[in-house]
Amino acid sequence: MQPDAPNQKNASGLNREIQSKIGQQLRAIYDDVVQEGVPDRFAELLKQLDKPQVDKTSEGKSE
Amino acid sequence: MSVDPALRDQILAAIPSLRAFAISLSGNVDRADDLVQETILRAFANIHSFQPGTNMPAWLFTILRNLFRSEYRKRRREVEDADGGFAETLKSHPDQIGRVEFQEFREALSQLPAEQREALILVGASGFSYEEAADICECAVGTIKSRVNRARSRLAKLLQVDSVDEFGPDHATRAVLMGNEG
Repeated sequence: MQPDAPNQKNASGLNREIQSKIGQQLRAIYDDVVQEGVPDRFAELLKQLDKPQVDKTSEGKSE
Repeated sequence: MSVDPALRDQILAAIPSLRAFAISLSGNVDRADDLVQETILRAFANIHSFQPGTNMPAWLFTILRNLFRSEYRKRRREVEDADGGFAETLKSHPDQIGRVEFQEFREALSQLPAEQREALILVGASGFSYEEAADICECAVGTIKSRVNRARSRLAKLLQVDSVDEFGPDHATRAVLMGNEG
C-alpha cells in the first residue's frame, strides 16, 4: 500500500556512515537544548498556574 | 482552573523537549521560549480537552506547532537564522564530533524546507513514531515518511558535498554549491 522503498536510495550513494552521522548530530544538537532542563521562567509559570486565584486577591491578608 | 497534578507534571516534563522543537521551528531562542510559554498557557486553559492516558508530549507539540503556524502566517520568518536556530544554544558537544563538522551540519539542516526539517526532528530527535509525527503535523503517515526520507537524502547530499571539499571551502563557495543542488 505504501510506496516504501527503504533501500532504494542506498544505491544512489547515500552511504550508511553518513546516515548514522546525521542521526547522531541531529540528536546531539537537540539534546543540547533538552539538557538545559526547565528554565526558571517556566517553573515559575507553572507555580503561578497552580495557585488558586485566591492569591491574587490576598494583598490585604495579614501574615 | 485547576489541573490534575499528574497532568501538570507531564507538562513540566515535556518542557525541555518542547523548547528544542520550538527552537528548530522558530530559529530563535527568545521566540521559541515565548512559543513554549504560550503553549503552556493554552494547555492549562484547554486541559479538559486532553484525554488522560493519551500522549501528553504529542498533544503539547501539536499545540505549539499550531501556534507557530498561525504566527508564521502573519509575519514570515523575516530573519532566517543561518543555523536553523540551534547555533545560539550550542554549549557543549560530544568530543567525537568536531566543531567544524557541527557547523556544517547546522548549515545543511538550515537548507532543508521547513516541513522536512520538522518531520526529521520529530522522528529523528524528539523520538516520536511516524504515526505520532503525522498526528502532530496533521498529515498522512506516508507524507511524514516521505518528508523524513527526503530530508535525510538532502542532508546526506549536502554533507557529502562538504566532505569532498577538503580544502576548506569558504562559505560563498559552499552556498553556491548548495544553491545549485536540486
